[in-house]
Amino acid sequence: MFPIPIQKRPLINRVSYKILVPVSLFIWLIPLLGIMLTSIRGLGDITAGNYWGMPSEFLLFTNIKEVFQNTPMLTYIINSFKITIPTVIGAVTISCMTGFALASYKFKANLFIFFTFIAGNFVPFQILMIPVRDLTFQMGLYDTVTGLVLFHVAFQTGFCTLFMRNFIKALPNELFEAARIDGTSEFNIFLKIVVPLTRPAIAALSVLIFTFIWNDFFWATVLIQGQHAMPITAGLKSLNGQWVTVYHLLSAGSIMAAVPPVIMFFLMQKHFIAGLTLGASKG
Amino acid sequence: MIWPIFNSLYISLLQWDGLSPAIYIGISNYIELLDDEYFYISLMNNLKWLIFFMLAVPIGLGLAIFLNQTIFGIRLIKSLFFFPFVISQVVIGIIFSWFYNPRGVIGPFLDKIGLSNYAILADENFATYGIIFAGIYPQIAYCMILYLTGLNNLNTDQIEAGRMDGAKGLSLFKNIILPQLKPATFLAIVVTVIGSLRSFDMVAIMTQGGPYGSSNVLAYYMFETALSEYGYRMGYGSAIAAVLFTIMMFYILFFIYRMYQSEKKGL
Repeated sequence: MFPIPIQKRPLINRVSYKILVPVSLFIWLIPLLGIMLTSIRGLGDITAGNYWGMPSEFLLFTNIKEVFQNTPMLTYIINSFKITIPTVIGAVTISCMTGFALASYKFKANLFIFFTFIAGNFVPFQILMIPVRDLTFQMGLYDTVTGLVLFHVAFQTGFCTLFMRNFIKALPNELFEAARIDGTSEFNIFLKIVVPLTRPAIAALSVLIFTFIWNDFFWATVLIQGQHAMPITAGLKSLNGQWVTVYHLLSAGSIMAAVPPVIMFFLMQKHFIAGLTLGASKG
Repeated sequence: MIWPIFNSLYISLLQWDGLSPAIYIGISNYIELLDDEYFYISLMNNLKWLIFFMLAVPIGLGLAIFLNQTIFGIRLIKSLFFFPFVISQVVIGIIFSWFYNPRGVIGPFLDKIGLSNYAILADENFATYGIIFAGIYPQIAYCMILYLTGLNNLNTDQIEAGRMDGAKGLSLFKNIILPQLKPATFLAIVVTVIGSLRSFDMVAIMTQGGPYGSSNVLAYYMFETALSEYGYRMGYGSAIAAVLFTIMMFYILFFIYRMYQSEKKGL
């Protein structure tokens, strides 16, 4: 263990550690606590400059209701789901297959394709922006949910493939060999051996992609213009412009945007962290 | 994936507003770029982002070491520390711009130190730092979680052996812990560099490059020239993107080289 476990330290250290941890946690989360507090305030508190004191009224639900009534927030949220869920399914499905192909077949272009996928990961989005936008125009997908989903899938597949390939590579190759000798078709190997064995990786990947896509802002701004297809991140941005002074509503809206990934994170915490830190333990 | 890159490089040689026919103008976009004051401001800001973002790595390491204990509820505490990373950058941006608002949260504190009505995001000299500070917040969380995993996988025997030999504190950390954390450090640096170059979201939310382009970064400047109300100069925007891409390319090649080395070892 490093550092030395706190239990082996003198009492004074133990006590101060136990005080220090919550204190630092509190400081760390001040920005988030601030926005939560604000979201339950009424307009009165905001104009009176009461930001940190006790809220004079508890208005969280009123604020949320007001957000839903006065803004297209509900549409934004539904759009976000419509964009996120198909992307996750699409990207994960494709990358399972490409990952399997890259991990278990030896062919000349293998490493090259693999490195192309990796390189694609790091390419700044901006260089793709104009051609992609043109392409969506030409395909008639500009300003539609479908267009955004298609491009998200295309971009996320790079990362997903890298992820799946490394995971499948770590599986014992003898398994596939044995199945092949028994005359199982490649597709069945994939379906009956690879997919069940990679289930943890698939879970991790799905959670990660879910948060990435949910939080995406760049592509939503570039490929979407109208409210009908706008996800919540871009929606919040436009509300940010309109509501400079009504921070309590803005806070309520922000919280709504933050809730789904947060729930996802807490439900799937183990997978989420496993996905993010893949490679942190072994080079 | 590859096709759009080349297409973009091609567009950077055109004068084109996206609608009317494009005119081939060779490298004049790049020449114009050399004289563009805003381009240099953005480039410098990118550099600032990169330098200050690197702070996320040691801070994350520090936090990870601080939290790598087993006391009651530590799991929950760790995940709460990780929280900012899960939340959208848009939300983080909104929170911080509200924070910085002089009539907002920090107002009372500013009054106390005699800086009432000071708005950092409206200050040409400091707006970028304000945004970087907001941007680094989730990044620290990410680095922290990478290091926590790294610390979990440390080789206990080596540490005990080191302690037997009398290594303590800093020397133990430097000679035994840090080398073992190398993969985590590598990954943390990789994601931090990428994060700093993708500063688009934060800038778009918090200042939109203002005041007077002083907080612009290449990514946002490019977006602004190509697709915003300042006109649709696709060619010029592409030229900016090409510069960004070139910078990134060195970095990608370095990373791929590293991957290739370890891949060769593995095969």
